[in-house]
Amino acid sequence: MRPVVFALLSFLAAPALAQDPVVLVQSTTSTQNSGLYGYILPIASEALGLDIRVVAVGTGQALGNAGRCDGDMLIVHARTAEEAFVAAGFGTVRYDLMYNDFVLVGPQSDPAGVAGAASATEALARIARARVPFASRGDDSGTHQKELSLWQGIADVTAASGSWYRETGSGMGATLNVAVGMRAYTLTDRATWLAFENRGDLVILNQGDPALFNQYGVIPIDPVRCPNVNADGATAFTDWLLNDGQAVIAAFEANGQQLFFPNASD
Amino acid sequence: MPEHNAADVIAFHPKRRPDLPGLRITNLHLTRRGAALLKGVDLALSPAGITALLGPNGAGKSLLLRVIAGLIAPDRGTVQIPRAMQGRIGLVLQRPVLLRRSVRANLRHALALARVPRRDRGDRITELLALGHLEGLADRPARHLSGGEQQRLSIIRALAANPLLLMLDEPTAHLDPQATHAIEALVERIATEGTKVILVTHDIGQVQRLADEVAFLHQGRCHERAEKAAFLSTPESAAARAYLNGKLLL
Amino acid sequence: MPTFSDSILSALGLILSADGDLLEIVALSLRVSLTAVMLATVIGLPLGAALAVYRFPGRGALVVLVNALMGLPPVVVGLVVYLTFSASGPLGVLGFLYTPAAMIVAQTVLVTPIIAALSRSTLGDLLGEYDETLRVLGANRLDVIGTLLWDGRFSLATALLAGLGRALAEVGAVMLVGGNIDHVTRVMTTAIALETSRGALPLALGLGIVLLLITLVLNAVVLGLRGRLEAHAHA
Repeated sequence: MRPVVFALLSFLAAPALAQDPVVLVQSTTSTQNSGLYGYILPIASEALGLDIRVVAVGTGQALGNAGRCDGDMLIVHARTAEEAFVAAGFGTVRYDLMYNDFVLVGPQSDPAGVAGAASATEALARIARARVPFASRGDDSGTHQKELSLWQGIADVTAASGSWYRETGSGMGATLNVAVGMRAYTLTDRATWLAFENRGDLVILNQGDPALFNQYGVIPIDPVRCPNVNADGATAFTDWLLNDGQAVIAAFEANGQQLFFPNASD
Repeated sequence: MPEHNAADVIAFHPKRRPDLPGLRITNLHLTRRGAALLKGVDLALSPAGITALLGPNGAGKSLLLRVIAGLIAPDRGTVQIPRAMQGRIGLVLQRPVLLRRSVRANLRHALALARVPRRDRGDRITELLALGHLEGLADRPARHLSGGEQQRLSIIRALAANPLLLMLDEPTAHLDPQATHAIEALVERIATEGTKVILVTHDIGQVQRLADEVAFLHQGRCHERAEKAAFLSTPESAAARAYLNGKLLL
Repeated sequence: MPTFSDSILSALGLILSADGDLLEIVALSLRVSLTAVMLATVIGLPLGAALAVYRFPGRGALVVLVNALMGLPPVVVGLVVYLTFSASGPLGVLGFLYTPAAMIVAQTVLVTPIIAALSRSTLGDLLGEYDETLRVLGANRLDVIGTLLWDGRFSLATALLAGLGRALAEVGAVMLVGGNIDHVTRVMTTAIALETSRGALPLALGLGIVLLLITLVLNAVVLGLRGRLEAHAHA
């Protein structure tokens, strides 16, 4: 009986027994699934003497969690929401961290003919006209917000929800699985797509429009608002990301391609 | 004078209690689900020896035992049990209900429930096993015993707490003659040692062999109580007469 | 189908190579779920026994409630436990969130009703058999509970296995309260969810097969032990 009790207590005491100080980052599934954190975290943790942990959820959930003080910092890609977060006093400052882009993927047969479209909005307009299936994140994520901004003035997707416009309410990976399963078009960030292994019949059909630019930001959570945060750790990691970490981010590749482009301003 | 075998000397406590009055049942009524099962049982039992409860199926004999044991509360009427006897009542059911343990463990469990001090339990178990002639089976799982052996165990288990009253509900109904004989010897032994016994039975031969007095129940009432020989030769009530003659009683 | 054979090969590959990450994930799954089942037993077994043996007003409603709670959705439990251990929640000071401790708490909540309801049912049946005999022998309610628990211990093992199966299989609760953090709170089910979201379906299925095998082995061991012990049960 005693070994059992001891094992139990050591679990429950685990938080107090951690080696290095912990820094908890609320971040998104796209950065997680691409493998970025698997690459940069060991390097950063070693360099800073910190135990850096990432909880990867949708942007909306990440912001919500951070707003409840469940984390030390944020790395997401929804600029408007990020700025609102800081303005509301939850975060100290928002910094540009890195960027990549979104791409439009769809079935190889391209029934809506988006391959030739000159802009992303034109591509979406063709999809709306053809009423072919489009899978949306539908979860208030950065990707979702970018997607909605592109639909503005093109189509009323709220009205179309359930017909050709399918809202999965899920992360990027899950949405891609759905898109593959129903041979639908979808908007995805390039990093997730390049790391995704279940592409089925889908290929990149439209890309390059500057409107598809995808900016990531990093925000330490305000220690005044949330007294429990590891402010020193968050500051240390943020500083690293914006300086030494930039080269590390640039060095990360999948299938021989660089996925994230550091752009922290000096 | 035959030598007493060591196993024959059983330290049963208490011995006879001739000072205790017999059980008195007055106007006992019990209705369940709209059916009147006991319709005013009046019965005074002799204080010692074996009382046989006789009667056709549905007469209320098993129910009466349960009321006496305190398992069921009657709707009306009383069961007067001598104070010394209260809480010192044993009941053996038709089909023995034994724990999923060894014979010995069953007895130990009963002794624990009876709050017999731990240091006395070992000796007591030895006594009881000898009484029931189950010494060789002490460590066998109780449920692996034969029907007769299980019933013997059931009886000695009921004796664990030294009851002043032991009630048995058709204990040999499902047993062969040999097992029946063993049970009857045991019951007789127990009564001789001073425990009052109430025995529900259908077996007239068993009544003849064991009983001192007979109470005859029919349709929820006691029709007659008499000394055994008198009852068997000249029953007073018509129902008892018909029953003893093997006629169907409705 | 190519995916299924890929998955089986993937599963075999993982097992035979004794992949370090896999072992870590399996170990954590077992630690979290086994601990949760132990705690759930400590709470649920006496509760189930009491429900079986005691009669009180409202007992029927309580039985219905406990049975219904067997169907608690894991994701809902996860949400409630998350909000409880959130830094801005009532128990935030404990620092359980995003650690195995919170996962154990969530799974304990999920498993306790299962243990309570199934033990109530098992012990209730046993009580029906033993009740009169025990009462005549002078047993009070606590005596009865003790007798039922010991005599029913083999049937109760099945209730524990049901609870363990539920704990090992759920993903909604541990994902929310654990955060699926690599090397910290990643268990088999959250790893499967992650690989699925990466589109690595054969690997995800392979992990699923490994999880199934573990559950199979656990069940076989417990039921095998039960058979042997039951045959020898004398005490």
